[in-house]
Amino acid sequence: MLSGIFFYLFAAITLLAGLMVVSSRNPVHSVLFLILAFFNAAGLFVLLHAEFLAMLLVVVYVGAVAVLFLFVVMMLDINFVELREGFQRYRPLGLLIAGVLLVELFVTFFSLTGSDATMPVVSDVHNTLALGRVIYTDYIYLFQLAGLILLVAMIGAITLTLRKRDGVKRQHIGSQNIQSRADTVRLAKVRSGEGAEESSS
Amino acid sequence: MIGAEITLAHYLSVAGLLFVFGVFGIFLNRKNVITILMSIELILLSVSINLVAFSAFNGDLTGQIFSLFILTVAAAEAAIGLAILVVYFRNRGSISVDDINVMKG
Repeated sequence: MLSGIFFYLFAAITLLAGLMVVSSRNPVHSVLFLILAFFNAAGLFVLLHAEFLAMLLVVVYVGAVAVLFLFVVMMLDINFVELREGFQRYRPLGLLIAGVLLVELFVTFFSLTGSDATMPVVSDVHNTLALGRVIYTDYIYLFQLAGLILLVAMIGAITLTLRKRDGVKRQHIGSQNIQSRADTVRLAKVRSGEGAEESSS
Repeated sequence: MIGAEITLAHYLSVAGLLFVFGVFGIFLNRKNVITILMSIELILLSVSINLVAFSAFNGDLTGQIFSLFILTVAAAEAAIGLAILVVYFRNRGSISVDDINVMKG
């Protein structure tokens, strides 16, 4: 009974936050509502006994992705009022397509039979251990591939956004390393009382 | 349908509604790339909820593994998408979708 109350609470807040993400006037508010939606979806995951994914959602999505969105929204100097043009114009089309999709989903959904199953108690092993037992044995190649995807995404993001600007003093390690001793060092015999001669090459 | 017992149908309804909100957001914010990316995140979240719900009610962990991979791909997609957005804004000074037509053949 208590889990039922929490389900309705989390589901209602997730859906309201999701609606506010798409209809909010200020993109900063959109990102904050997205964070709220992620937190409540993590609550739903906890109710489904998927504690590891719930923590992953909070850490990865709220901690990295949503903050990345917030950073980009605040960093770009964008006239958001201009971007809101056409909001009214596209609303009927959007409502139409959303309505059609909703009707389709629910027609499919209520034609299902035997979906009244309640949640079985899976095992006495906790969720993280059970996931680890599967992911490091049966899905090890896919797991490595996921790591490769993240590496490619990281390198791609750095390569895309890195830029060289003029007028910035920075160290060029390559050109430092290819210098030979003969180019830069000159031994001179300095007699006392005469001083070093002018360096001329 | 509203009862004390929470069934698979309840979770699927939440995920379906969230999916519809995401699709609605893509059509509503036709000009704003950032909001479109956030709508895509909502859609991926709804799919994740679906997979985890099926996984929990069937007693099979494969759904949660799939949800894990969806999370990975979504994180990569967000990083690349926002990087492209930053570069585009640096070059054009605008992120309006209507202006993105340089590659039109």
